[in-house]
Amino acid sequence: MQTLTNKALAVQRQPMTFWERLYLINIIKGMMITFSHMFKKQPTIRYPEQKREFSPVFRGLHVLNRDEEGRERCTACGLCAVACPAEAITMEAAERMEGEENIYREEKYAAKYEINMLRCIFCGLCEEACPKDAIYLSETFAPANYTRKGFIYDKNDLLIPNPLTNANDYAKAKGVQA
Amino acid sequence: MTLLSFDWALIIEKLILIVIIVLTTLLITLYTTFGERKVAAILQDRPGPNRAGPFGLLQPLADGLKLIMKEEIIPTSASKWLFILGPGLAMTASLMTSAVIPWGTDVHLFGRTIALQVADVNIGILYIFAVVSMGVYGIMIGGWASNNKFSLMSALRAASQAISYEIAMGLALIALLMTTGSLSLKTIVADQAAGHWWNVVYQPLGFIIFFICAMAECNRTPFDLPEAENELNFGYHQEYSSMKLGFYLFAEYVNMIMSSAIMASMYFGGYDLPFFDETTVAPNIAAMIGVGTLLIKIVLFVFLFMWIRWTIPRFRYDQLMNLGWKTMIPLALFNMLLTGALILAKL
Repeated sequence: MQTLTNKALAVQRQPMTFWERLYLINIIKGMMITFSHMFKKQPTIRYPEQKREFSPVFRGLHVLNRDEEGRERCTACGLCAVACPAEAITMEAAERMEGEENIYREEKYAAKYEINMLRCIFCGLCEEACPKDAIYLSETFAPANYTRKGFIYDKNDLLIPNPLTNANDYAKAKGVQA
Repeated sequence: MTLLSFDWALIIEKLILIVIIVLTTLLITLYTTFGERKVAAILQDRPGPNRAGPFGLLQPLADGLKLIMKEEIIPTSASKWLFILGPGLAMTASLMTSAVIPWGTDVHLFGRTIALQVADVNIGILYIFAVVSMGVYGIMIGGWASNNKFSLMSALRAASQAISYEIAMGLALIALLMTTGSLSLKTIVADQAAGHWWNVVYQPLGFIIFFICAMAECNRTPFDLPEAENELNFGYHQEYSSMKLGFYLFAEYVNMIMSSAIMASMYFGGYDLPFFDETTVAPNIAAMIGVGTLLIKIVLFVFLFMWIRWTIPRFRYDQLMNLGWKTMIPLALFNMLLTGALILAKL
């Protein structure tokens, strides 16, 4: 019969030799293979202690950004919520009062800002939509939680630490991705 | 009161010895389950259990606690007495083997000579056979009492497998007994310790046959057909939960340790440390060295069991029967005849 490719292998039909039928030799060969695996490097990453290194473009948990003076950048324009294909973002806007200029950068700010991490698909469209560079995706991912409610992240969870009062944490949260 | 005029110290001494042996066996068994998981993991390039305590050393305790906390379920259609008797019998039978194993040379304490062997019966090997055969009752009763067709099938498999492999095992042992000339394990080990060579040198084929049969008797992979998950769901302990299930799983490991001890004693010199003259040290120290040596040999055998388990897949049932009846028994017979002929030729 003509074969379509030259990759076809003829099946060996000849009876096994005595040594093959003994099986013991092949079993010992197999055991040597498993034994050699004892000395191989384990690819396991022991998670809570060790963490996988992500590439700088990894899309993880969201962070609400501040500017250099520690003021919140978000103006609650709602473009991220519109861009979100999973409808995971909710927000409520409020007007900045007298004396709050050092907290909020512009006259309008987000009084409530929630992202449902169970809905979020981490596509990064909110990051692209934001005109104020207020939201970006970090290199961490959402940790496990006992309740569904725990996955709804509010402003406290999302907001980056203040660079003026808490410079260390700010730099940590900022990570490689500026 | 002539009835009570026997050596009470002997009774106390034996009782203490039994308690120590049973407790150590159980402790080692606990860590054998841990070892099994670790060995499996390392052979598969995984770290294995490492969360409970340092290096995961408390894992067996956590496993035991989990089993005890589970709900005790006895199926309504099950035969209650037999259902409870099954795991108990499996556990008892596997522990009873330890009675005739010589754990070391004599110890001298409080002016007494204490033999590190619970019972030096002169039919030691026959006793082991009797007890090992009882182990299958535990499985059979458990499978029967569950009133579940899969459990029953699995129990039938276990029983027929045990019977088939016991014949070859016995035949392999007969050849060994022809060379040693004694059924007492103490004598067999003492001969090996005194002589220069271990029995495995005289009986290599017999040892291989015995080892394969021991694996089959312990229901270890490649012979773990009674527990074949994909065809029998879970095997004879399918209906069991809580510590009754724990007893079955535990009994398997105790069996493994006991057959390792028997193999070490019969073929690998028991407590004899090679290239070491025990008479150069104090008798008590020599005895302790002996115990340590035997334990190391047991651990090595247990590792071999695990190593094989995580290398070879399970046999098909017809392959198992073919191997037992068409290969093992003729080989054992051949080994027996060969041994007989060699003994005759030497005379």
